[in-house]
Amino acid sequence: MFKQKKSIAKATKNNFITYGILAVMFAGSLIWLESGAMPRQFTKLLVPLCTYSIAAVSLNLVVGVLGDLSLGHAGFMCIGAYSSAVFTNIFADVITNDLLRFFIALLVGGIFAAVFGFLICIPVLRLKGDYLAIVTLAFGEIIKNIFNIVYLGIDKSGLKIAINSSKYTEIMSADGKTIINGAMGITGTSRDSTFIIAFVILFITVAVSLNLINSRTGRAVMAVRDDRIAAQTIGINIPKYKLLVFTIASFFAGLAGVLYAHNLNSFSAGAFDYNASILILVYVVLGGIGNIRGSFIAAIILYALPEILRSVGEYRMLFYAILLIVMMIVNNNDTIIDMRKKLVAKLKKNKHKTTANEGGDI
Amino acid sequence: MALLEVKNLGIVFGGLHAVEGFNLTLEKGSLYGLIGPNGAGKTTIFNLLTGVYKPTSGTFTLDGVKLAGKNPVEISKAGIARTFQNIRLFKNLSVLDNVKLGLHNQMKYSTAEGILRLPRFFSTEKKMNEKAMELLKVFDLENEATTLADNLPYGKQRKLEIARALATNPKLLLLDEPAAGMNPSETQELMDTIRFVRDEFDMTILLIEHDMKLVSGICEEVTVLNFGQELAQGKTSDVLNNPEVIKAYLGD
Amino acid sequence: MEFLSAIIAGISLGSIYALIALGYTMVYGIAKMLNFAHGDVIMVGAFMMFIALTKMGLHPILCIIFGTVICTILGVVIEKLAYKPLRKATSLAVLITAIGVSYFLQNSAQLIFGAGSKTFTSLFGSGNISLFDGQIIISHNTIVTICVSVIIMIGLTLFINKTKTGRAMLAVSEDKGAAQLMGINVNKTISITFAIGSALAAIAGALLCSSYPILSPTTGAMPGIKAFTAAVLGGIGSIPGAMIGGILLGVIENISKVYISTQLSDAIVFGILIIILLVKPTGILGKKMNEKV
Repeated sequence: MFKQKKSIAKATKNNFITYGILAVMFAGSLIWLESGAMPRQFTKLLVPLCTYSIAAVSLNLVVGVLGDLSLGHAGFMCIGAYSSAVFTNIFADVITNDLLRFFIALLVGGIFAAVFGFLICIPVLRLKGDYLAIVTLAFGEIIKNIFNIVYLGIDKSGLKIAINSSKYTEIMSADGKTIINGAMGITGTSRDSTFIIAFVILFITVAVSLNLINSRTGRAVMAVRDDRIAAQTIGINIPKYKLLVFTIASFFAGLAGVLYAHNLNSFSAGAFDYNASILILVYVVLGGIGNIRGSFIAAIILYALPEILRSVGEYRMLFYAILLIVMMIVNNNDTIIDMRKKLVAKLKKNKHKTTANEGGDI
Repeated sequence: MALLEVKNLGIVFGGLHAVEGFNLTLEKGSLYGLIGPNGAGKTTIFNLLTGVYKPTSGTFTLDGVKLAGKNPVEISKAGIARTFQNIRLFKNLSVLDNVKLGLHNQMKYSTAEGILRLPRFFSTEKKMNEKAMELLKVFDLENEATTLADNLPYGKQRKLEIARALATNPKLLLLDEPAAGMNPSETQELMDTIRFVRDEFDMTILLIEHDMKLVSGICEEVTVLNFGQELAQGKTSDVLNNPEVIKAYLGD
Repeated sequence: MEFLSAIIAGISLGSIYALIALGYTMVYGIAKMLNFAHGDVIMVGAFMMFIALTKMGLHPILCIIFGTVICTILGVVIEKLAYKPLRKATSLAVLITAIGVSYFLQNSAQLIFGAGSKTFTSLFGSGNISLFDGQIIISHNTIVTICVSVIIMIGLTLFINKTKTGRAMLAVSEDKGAAQLMGINVNKTISITFAIGSALAAIAGALLCSSYPILSPTTGAMPGIKAFTAAVLGGIGSIPGAMIGGILLGVIENISKVYISTQLSDAIVFGILIIILLVKPTGILGKKMNEKV
């Protein structure tokens, strides 16, 4: 009984540290921001940092907890960004309360992304994990392609949609308002993303992820990750849990997209390409696969560093590539793992000795 | 009525009859052995009985319910649990979590209740912990509850797998070479545990084993399988002295 | 006639996909991994040939040989350094590593050659053949592409079915453990597979850039992913499947470009991938794979 309580206490303590780090970061940034001393260089980073942290934490649910790879996480951000920006632009004059409208925009973006996540997951449910990577990659490309050619506007007679500019000019009256302008994307979305809202969403993402992991559902998902056959034979319905986690992860990616869309004057689908998905994956891998706290810390460091130190920009991507390879080999090669374990054991032993010499009680 | 009734069960892999015309009737509470040389189709029978493979012929019922052709999840819910020859634990989860996963369909709360930490989350988790610790005690694993399953020594991993299977509250327990890789004293201890499980949980057990000491020590009856077909069936002592059986094991 | 032209151009593009898909499918069959960096080997090959042609002034044939040799070595080195240490790791770890390698190749190329695109001069001349009074015009590149692909596919099929090495590859793809017991050197076989796959990728690079003369560090990425789609369409792990899938995909892509929309052709190709996985995940010629319990 003692040990069992200790295990629960350990998990709670771990989560407590995570929330503590978030709280300190939030309070620190807010005080710095409100004092007016924060340089412009940093203030403009606050929302993107939260955005990418949310994206990384939600991708970690797929990679670390489900054990599958998604290469289209930016695609779900894209869905969230477009659907919410369209909503905000249409209802800009109808719902005048910014906060309320943004709240609904968040729901719209999250739900749209979740629905697509659910649909995309269906074809790969029966297949080996590798296929999820390919299908999500394909999905990301499809989304980008489609948004690049879509024109959407609103005039007196209602919504107008076309898939090329000449057709669009034909059907759209001159006094109408263009919302999606083909490859140019969406311009003039109300900039409703604030640091506080972005941070609250990051906090919710982390809390939901941690609670999910430490629950019956999370255990079932991790069981599927560790051994599919054994999970089945103890009665775990694999498709159900795969769909569930993937849909939740897509929902949060969608929220990240909403924050992104409402933080800039204009954006286009090009921002959510394959490279963006890979970048989020780099955050997850560096922060530790399955480690929620690591994901947002890595996202913050890796996103902020090149922005602050412009000079490393050129070599940044190359550095990430090497980082991915080295991290994987160091964490998965038996020989290296053995070496590491021995080293840790040796260090512990030494520490043990010193404490014993000091007459300490262990 | 018998607990398990297998009639004419068979499976063909690309022309190869891996198992053919297999029959078995297990009474409730019996401890039954399935033996035979390597490649005789013993594990394939377990895979058929747990829905990992779909039979190409024949049928089987548990407590009168037809289960042939059902998927592993349905079969688990119907009451058949198993262990694996090459241990399949959830390696990156704790010993306690492995057993709690066995309780997955016994004690439930929804995903939303888990995420929102509603009262049912706490009450169910508490019950799960208690039940899981109870099972771990049976297998003398209660001090390892927080250890990662992967870090357990081999013998304890085998025990944990049995504990996890029992957690699903089965009517029938299938053990695939439970003594593999164990030394004689561990095997002796395992025999006591298996008997204890049968008596304490009122369990029906079907086991595959190569260790004849274990088989003759605890199984009342056995079936010998060779090349996917039944070679002999009956009381353990009789079957093990059957010249046909000895020939199958030792060759001509 | 427009339709016929579209089909011929599609077959030409499809044969390039087929060559790339062969590399994907062979590696998947034997090493059970999705080599994401395969597409980028095409790009490396094309850059090597570009340099050999413009900087060293070699004969086009020598350029192709030069590029192919470099890629063959590159393929083996990648396997040894990045994938071999992960033989026993989860497929997730291997996949992430492969993405890392892909990214590494792209970004190294960007640092060395610059991000901008180069104009690739065709290695096979620029003439045309005109048929039916000029209603159908077929370029030399198209003819060379189709011929070279057919020769390579026949050669590869013979190599795999008739030579000892080829049969060893088949054995390893069936059952690694059993192949090892039969005295087959599994590591060597995997190296050979990577070598052949990368050599094919280099040749595909020469053909691709001769027909579509834009060369940049990301040139290989998209054809690589499409070739993977082709491999899945044909049935992953199956060599004839990769050929059929490649050609089919090339034709589909070209027809959608001509008759539907240039910008949507990629979306259509990837849409097909999703549909196949829904309807027949084993592809046209793929076998069902049973997990060993």
